[in-house]
Amino acid sequence: MTTTLPTPHATDHLDVLESHALFILREVVAECERPVLLFSGGKDSAVLLHLAAKAFAPQQLPFPVLHIDTGQNFHEVLAFRDRAAAAAGARLIVARVQDTIDQGKVADPGPLGSRNRLQTVTLLDAITDSTFDAAFGGARRDEDKARAKERILSFRDAFGQWDPRQQRPELWQLYQGKVNPGEHVRAFPLSDWTELDVWQYIGREKMDLPSIYFAHQREVVEREGMWLAVGEFVEPLAGEEVFTKTVRFRTVGDANCTGAVLSSAATIEAIIDEVAIANVSERGATRGDDKFSETAMEDRKREGYF
Amino acid sequence: MELATKDLLRLATIGSVDDGKSTLIGRLLVDTRQLFDDQLDAVAAASEKRGIGDLDLSFVTDGLRAEREQGITIDVAYRYATTPTRKFIIADCPGHVRYTRNMATGASTADLALVVIDVAAGLKEQTRRHLCIAALLGVRSIIVAINKMDTIGWSELAFQSVVDQFETLSRELGFSSTVAIPVSALLGDNVATISINTPWYGGPSVLDALEASEAGSWEIAQGARLPIQWVLRQPGGGRTYAGMVSGEAFHVGDKVTLLPQNIETTVRAINFGGESRLEATVGLAADLDLEDETDAGRGDLIATHPLPTVTKEIEATICWFGEKPFTTSGQRLRLKHTTKSTPVRVQAIKGVINIESLSIDEATSLETNEIGLATLVTSEALVVDDYREDRVTGSFVLIDEVTNATVAAGMVGRASFL
Repeated sequence: MTTTLPTPHATDHLDVLESHALFILREVVAECERPVLLFSGGKDSAVLLHLAAKAFAPQQLPFPVLHIDTGQNFHEVLAFRDRAAAAAGARLIVARVQDTIDQGKVADPGPLGSRNRLQTVTLLDAITDSTFDAAFGGARRDEDKARAKERILSFRDAFGQWDPRQQRPELWQLYQGKVNPGEHVRAFPLSDWTELDVWQYIGREKMDLPSIYFAHQREVVEREGMWLAVGEFVEPLAGEEVFTKTVRFRTVGDANCTGAVLSSAATIEAIIDEVAIANVSERGATRGDDKFSETAMEDRKREGYF
Repeated sequence: MELATKDLLRLATIGSVDDGKSTLIGRLLVDTRQLFDDQLDAVAAASEKRGIGDLDLSFVTDGLRAEREQGITIDVAYRYATTPTRKFIIADCPGHVRYTRNMATGASTADLALVVIDVAAGLKEQTRRHLCIAALLGVRSIIVAINKMDTIGWSELAFQSVVDQFETLSRELGFSSTVAIPVSALLGDNVATISINTPWYGGPSVLDALEASEAGSWEIAQGARLPIQWVLRQPGGGRTYAGMVSGEAFHVGDKVTLLPQNIETTVRAINFGGESRLEATVGLAADLDLEDETDAGRGDLIATHPLPTVTKEIEATICWFGEKPFTTSGQRLRLKHTTKSTPVRVQAIKGVINIESLSIDEATSLETNEIGLATLVTSEALVVDDYREDRVTGSFVLIDEVTNATVAAGMVGRASFL
């Protein structure tokens, strides 16, 4: 409440998307007992946290922030996670996949194996342990064909499962988050945002992000059509050549299944220009976890994935 | 840097199963280059796997395993397209009668409906049902794609015959703007570009019609409304009231009334995301600071004149989605209207809409997917407008108290065609 800004253009698409997201955030917090915000440190959850802070300003965030730590994160992303949570004044809960492995609930894929799918168990345990009845996620419908089908408030049964054939009708903006004990809803305030909308909004709001989204020099190997960053979680295999390339990341997942893209876009403006003319989708370009099968995302979502 | 300022148009596809809605959206997205290469490759691979030619365009939106196996749409898919001046949110709705609840979900937020009709099959009952629901939901602009023109030799006569059927119904339902276009979604004729196969047609392509249509609200607004969602405590002890503006804009200095308390006060300040504004336009998630200390909370409503009605009894149009019939002695229900939830009782069922004749038939109950008129009595008072005056304060849903399922969409008042 400091300066008077010009009235926004009522039909500007970013204003419409932003207001819709703020409305969803407030509605879920008002209707549910114990919400939580799922925070990966990626650009979408960064936008979500930024919107959450706006929705309740000048009050504190009325819910904690939950990170499912696979133990295979980029350290730049972990640094951003801590910085962003502190800046938003949010209480950060970290649930570790390693703990789920140590409890014998999932098999250990080994130091270099993918922990992507194991996260679901850690996530559902964390939701059950804290009796959260609503979890905000930064998923967008333009990311994947299964996500394109999901409601803004998506019901999960007592096992955390999504049934795409039995979704609740969701009329107008009458979001309905009522659940019985043990059940929960996932709420997706960024449902109608595209990758380009997210970047335009980040630019407009001058938001902080993990440095790996911007072009930098890195040692990479080419594996299964992706440029993987050589480091703690990716060692060059026999016959793989290590290149030094100028790259950036379009999405942020585990270091061993998230590919970099060759890019010289070092500013938000340059990234917006790049995204506007991209001919490969962000997950298609960079995510090994979606390449298992035709319905990889649907299958994981049914089990309770993000 | 790409221009950030665009307007936003929400459209829904409606019409009967197998008339080609998903294929049309697939064609539109492919021909306007809205799909990424890897998405197109995935559609091609899925088509090949099922032995369906080179490209089944319906797979662009039919993304669930069960949908691809059965070749039908089960639930709404949302897709996004942009042109230099406009962002489109496309809800590709299922046509099957069993999934009418999902069609209503997709159409409830639409500014425009893209109706797809198979030229050889004509106007089926399910198409009439969808058009009726779209009219009730307040969709005013319609683009009619008369599809599968390639299967009847591009006959102008056949096209005109379906257009005549549609226009008769459209007049009764009161759509304000309609365009009919002969298309082949499969082959792309008149979808993104004008076809050489229909030299007798002088109108726009589907894409041109979408670009030319008007975005935004259709209501005949009666005053500004802000249903209170959340009370924000300000430093120093004040309170502001957050919610989304509907109807008309609020301005600093506006005389407003808090309802149902019926307390008159003035807008002292308007905030958005912690910054102050002079005006809160429709659709803005703003918070209002009021001159007088009021005991307002979630579920109350701030309004300018003419004021909405405060009532515990509403006459409404009901789209029933429950599995058990809707009766005066049925399950325990709760009603969610704006930001208020309250127990509700069904006082009387006034009749059911006959989809063929659009008249009201006598009825004492509504079956799944039927639309009817009813009188409801609520425990707490509601602050309502007629749905045709305000889509926000005129709409509600009914929720089963036991399962928490959403079982009905309700609109205050009745449409003029009933």
